[in-house]
This record gives sequence, structure tokens and C-alpha cells, in this order.
Amino acid sequence: MSRLRDALDRGEFVITGEVAPPLGTNMTSMDASVAELGPLCHALNVTDNQGATLHLSSLAASRAVADAGFEPIFQQTCRDRNRLALQSDLLAAWTLGLENVLVVTGDAPRGGDHPHARGVFDLDSSQLIEIAAGMNDGHDMIGRDLDGGTDFLIGAAAFPEAEPWEAQYARISRKIEAGARFFQTQAIFDIDKFARTADAVAPTGAKLIAGVLLLKSPRVIDFINNRLAGLMIPDHVADRIRTAADPAEEAVQLAIEQVRALREVADGVHIMPLGMDTSVRRILESADLI
Amino acid sequence: MIITRPREWARIKKNLDDIGAKSVFIMGCGQCATVANTGGEPEILAAKAALEADGREVSGWAVGEVACHLGGTKLTARKNVGSIDAADAVLVLTCGAGVQTVADSVSKPVFPGLESVFLGNVIRHGEFEERCQMCGDCVLDATAGICPVTTCPKGLLNGPCGGMWDGMCEVLTDRECTHVRIQRRLAEQGRGASGALPPKDFSKKLKPGSVNLRPDRGRKGSKGGAGR
Repeated sequence: MSRLRDALDRGEFVITGEVAPPLGTNMTSMDASVAELGPLCHALNVTDNQGATLHLSSLAASRAVADAGFEPIFQQTCRDRNRLALQSDLLAAWTLGLENVLVVTGDAPRGGDHPHARGVFDLDSSQLIEIAAGMNDGHDMIGRDLDGGTDFLIGAAAFPEAEPWEAQYARISRKIEAGARFFQTQAIFDIDKFARTADAVAPTGAKLIAGVLLLKSPRVIDFINNRLAGLMIPDHVADRIRTAADPAEEAVQLAIEQVRALREVADGVHIMPLGMDTSVRRILESADLI
Repeated sequence: MIITRPREWARIKKNLDDIGAKSVFIMGCGQCATVANTGGEPEILAAKAALEADGREVSGWAVGEVACHLGGTKLTARKNVGSIDAADAVLVLTCGAGVQTVADSVSKPVFPGLESVFLGNVIRHGEFEERCQMCGDCVLDATAGICPVTTCPKGLLNGPCGGMWDGMCEVLTDRECTHVRIQRRLAEQGRGASGALPPKDFSKKLKPGSVNLRPDRGRKGSKGGAGR
């Protein structure tokens, strides 16, 4: 039984974190992240070739998180697999004991490390959400009965700060209609925009987990603003980190403030440490979450 | 129309070198490749000059009326039979459909002189954009006449994706997001969002496409293909 589902159902404020599988087969680095973040979080997202760069599969790495005694959120992008492979991997995930799945579209290959790859995008994320929901009802996407179904907690991504809001609202609504029960958002810097999303989602019963990104250094800010799609760090935040005597410490203080503010409006926080795994405990403690 | 662009000259040169072609016949097209300034008379003459500068002879050239039309291209080949016979190879400045038609019409080795890139709308003279991928399963009824399959770089039927920012596309950052445009036009026309579009039926686009409007005169045993 998914602990994440239980916590969300109980109305508990949840904490999720994020780990990246290795480029290779050496799990040491991911294991260290899991050991650091696992005890602090209800569940850990395991990314799927994030940024369209090659990594060990989320399926195997999610199982490794479970083996370490923590709860994974198996991420599945629509970029690398067609509808047969995506469904097959969803079935595999369930047999591997992975109960939480986060379905996302995925970054385009041309921004990643294999820019000559063909982006598959046979399905988009709302279509895949609907298929996963269908598997929970015991059938595949063409309506054939499964010999043993699934009972996934299905999540999706949301982007509260990306305008125009009308487009975001329509997209979020479609994902909920398709069967998304929780959202994890892109990093939040504007509480008003987050609250607008929370107001839209709350009546549907879906849960909204707010993204918090740790901005360790000016270099990380430059990377996000120049290379990462769908997010720009606002100037007042970027300036605060850039002018700080100790940018990493400033990032921790910023995150503490953000988590405290989000606690009032969100169903949880999703911490993206970007290499600051060892600071997450202090952030959560200082925000009185653990 | 079919949009083409010149193929790297080094590749053409290598193709000709590999078979030791000393003499070349050049074929262009009076339709798309002429409009795209890639396979009309001026471009053929430029290719001729380049081949001659490489030390090759050009035995002749022709701009077929419609290079992808088998009957017409065979006729063009017959009219030029002497200079084609005198050539070691035929360089074809047309789309890939034209290249194959020429290859079916002459017995000499045929090499492409252009790259075929997309089915293009002519925005204005010399400016082309891809708006249709001929998927065989049109969604323009639901998308306000804007094709997401083609104009969203990810080809998403439902969007925007998480890369959209300030209404702009993640991949082509100087372009507005297709899904934002679709939703705006639907709203302007008083049409609500159409709900999620279902997964695309790729069986409508089985390769190779084939349509026969003359079944009584069609090839015996022809079963037809995509597009029916």
C-alpha cells in the first residue's frame, strides 16, 4: 500500500524528494542520495532520462529505492517509448511493487545529450495518465482485460508560474479528468500564482505538491535560466543568491522561507536538491516539518 | 509543395567518384524544386558549372515538367536519350519522389542532388513553413485549423507541455507555443476547449502510401495501402 497515498488521503502535509539514476551501473551515488533523503520523505521521485540525457532506467532505479526500504515515485516520460513499451513498463512497474507513478511528457531530445535521437511522443502525458487509470480499472488502452491489473497512485506535473494561466488551467483540468490524483509542480517562487493553482485543483480532490528547488550557486541559476525548459528564476531571487556571501547557505535560507510559506497553501513540498542533499534535513527541520 | 534544399556537394562528388562518373546528365523539376530555387534552370546551370569545375563533363540537362510524374519523366528521358546514354550518371535536382521516378525512367545510376525536407506552405516567395505532415488522421477540426502534430516540435495532441514559458515554445524558443495558439483561436471563435484528443491512429499512415483511383485499370493483385 502506497504510504504516499495514505498520507495524502489523511490530509498530511507530504514531503517528496528526488534522486537521479546513474549514467552507468554504479549505484553508489544514487544510494547515498537515497540514504540521505529517504528517511526525510514520504516518497522519492526517480527521474526518467531527465533532461533528455541518458541514465539507468527509472524502472530499475525505482526498485532499488524500494529495496533500500523507501517509497519510490516511478517517473515515466512519453519521449522515449511508444504506447506498447509504456504500457508494458507500467505493468512491469506494478509487478516490481512500484505503486506511485508520475507521468510527464519529457524534454525534447535536442536539448539533451543525444540530440540526434528521435523523440517518440507517441502519447502525451494526459493520454498516458488515462491509460494508467484504465489499467487500475483492469484494462489496457484498447480495452482488453488485463490478467491482473494495477492500483497505481497516478501523478502528473503542473506549472503554476508558466503563463498563460488559461492554458495551464485547461491542461491541469484535462490531467485530472484523465485520472491524475496528485500533482508535483515546477519550482515555485510566486506564492500568489501557486495559490491560484491550488484554488483550481482543491475542489477536484487532487493533491498539489509544491516544487522547491535548491539554488546552490549562481552557476545553477544560469543553467536553469539558459538550459532548463519551462522555468526562469525571477530576478529578485537570482540577485539574492548571486550577491550572497555564501550562496549555498542563502539557498538553504531561501528554501526554508519557501517551505514555510508553501505549508499554508500546498498539500506538500517536493524538494529538488540539485546536489544539496545534505542540506535537506536542516531545511525541513527549520521549517518545522520534521 | 515539397520543400528541398541542396545536398552537401561533397556527398554528391563522392557518389560520382565512387562509380568513376566522368560525364553527368542533370535533371531538374519544373514544379516544387523550381519554386524552391533548388532544381530549376538556374540551379541546374550552377550544378553544371560546379561539375565542370570538378573536371567532369555535362552531357546534357533537362527540367522535367513534373519530375514525380512517371509518364512525363519517361517522355523527358526519351527526348534526351542521346545525352543520357552518353552520361555515366544522372544527377537529379528534385525531391526524393522525383529522384525515384527518374531512376525508374533511365538505366543509368541516379543520384540525388537535393535533400527533401518537408511538405511546405509558401508563406511568401522564398519563405516556406511546414504545416502538415500528411498523417492521414486530421485533427484540424478540433484544433482551430492549427496542426499540433506538425507545428508542436513534440507533436503533442494535448498541450502545452511543461517546457512552455510566457506562451513560447520550449524547443523553438522564438515561436509561440502551438497549444497556446490553438486555445486562443478556439476562444476567439467562441469554441470551448475540445477536451483531450485521444491517442493518434498511426495505422492511418502505414508506409508506403498508395491510392488508386482507377481500380479497374490498377495493377493486378494490388491491395492498396495507407490512404484508403
